[in-house]
Amino acid sequence: MKTVVKSLTETRVWRSMFRHGLPLSNRTRAEAIFYNFFLHLHPTKVRKRSVNITYTWGLGGLSAGLFVILVITGGLLMFYYRPSVAQAYNDMKDLQFVVSSGQFLRNMHRWGAHAMVAIVFLHMLRVFYTGAYRPPKEFNWVVGVVLFVITILLSYTGYLLPWDQLAYWGISVGTNMVRAVPFGLGEKISYLLLGGHTVGENALVRFYVLHCFFLPVCAVVLMGIHFWRVRKDGGV
Amino acid sequence: MEKPENTKPATPSFSRRHFLELLGLGAIGTTALGGLVLSGEYLSPNVVKEPPTRFKIGMPEDYPPGSVTKDNEQRVFIVRAKEGYFFALSAVCTHLGCIVNWKADDGIVACPCHGSKFDREGNVIAGPAPRPLPHFAMSLDEQGVLVVDKSVIVGEDSILKV
Repeated sequence: MKTVVKSLTETRVWRSMFRHGLPLSNRTRAEAIFYNFFLHLHPTKVRKRSVNITYTWGLGGLSAGLFVILVITGGLLMFYYRPSVAQAYNDMKDLQFVVSSGQFLRNMHRWGAHAMVAIVFLHMLRVFYTGAYRPPKEFNWVVGVVLFVITILLSYTGYLLPWDQLAYWGISVGTNMVRAVPFGLGEKISYLLLGGHTVGENALVRFYVLHCFFLPVCAVVLMGIHFWRVRKDGGV
Repeated sequence: MEKPENTKPATPSFSRRHFLELLGLGAIGTTALGGLVLSGEYLSPNVVKEPPTRFKIGMPEDYPPGSVTKDNEQRVFIVRAKEGYFFALSAVCTHLGCIVNWKADDGIVACPCHGSKFDREGNVIAGPAPRPLPHFAMSLDEQGVLVVDKSVIVGEDSILKV
């Protein structure tokens, strides 16, 4: 076994991927972190308090984990879902009753989305009650608030996609609330959101594109900043 | 070697470097602003395929006296209160835009979303609706067909007498 590992780690391919020895000494253990794309954000030191589960409740990590689940299940749902008035509802029903594991994936996406809204909110409460928004971390609190808003918007835009009665009237009501924005901007914003005056084909495609592309991309970029700053401040 | 004195020219208040910086930033800024404006215009549809706001809604005989008939596509009630007495009432709730229903048993118009209630003339009886349902202009064309124009809002006293 040892010789297998040894001969494997001595191949040119392995050594080009992992340019340090096995993590057997303090030096190579540190290198394993520094030279790994996924781990390089780690802080050099972690305070004992911040690995205490009853301090963070792991809520930030749970939110990020749910986001990964939602990206994977959402990406799979996209293979069967077509965002058009004629097809959206039937595609959703096909996912539930015809496609193998479709019901499972759709439910996972739906419950994951509900859970993410709840967990992100709890994460925000935790940060608030532990005073973790105080200097020098104010900016990361602001990034977090924007991420919270994006989470809500993702939840809201996804709500229209099944194109059932709940979805249709939910979005009708929501975009009518937008009309209350003063200075004549409400009508304009509502028109831009819906791509028209009523919830129709344009609105469905717009919400789909926002839900599957623009909002997740914004979330990923901000999450990168958010995690990087958390770790530079000694968090996990 | 002697160091020549005063080789450094006195920094002018507006240097060439500063000028070029401003020029570059200005160019980037103008392009970015233009892109933003064009993107905004791109996202605002110039043509929307929605039903026309002026439409025919049938012959007066199609509506018995005392009837309230909803057209779901146009979201409008055609009310014939008595013989030869027509008006068109919006079926879009003034609260948050749900489609209201005529409850013939109670003689009221009710919204399924948040419970607003209106009388047959569109006045608010109950619920969160802030305004009465608007009336739309109604007319008869040359063939005697009823025409509704949703782009023209008229008062409650505006009645089409046939």
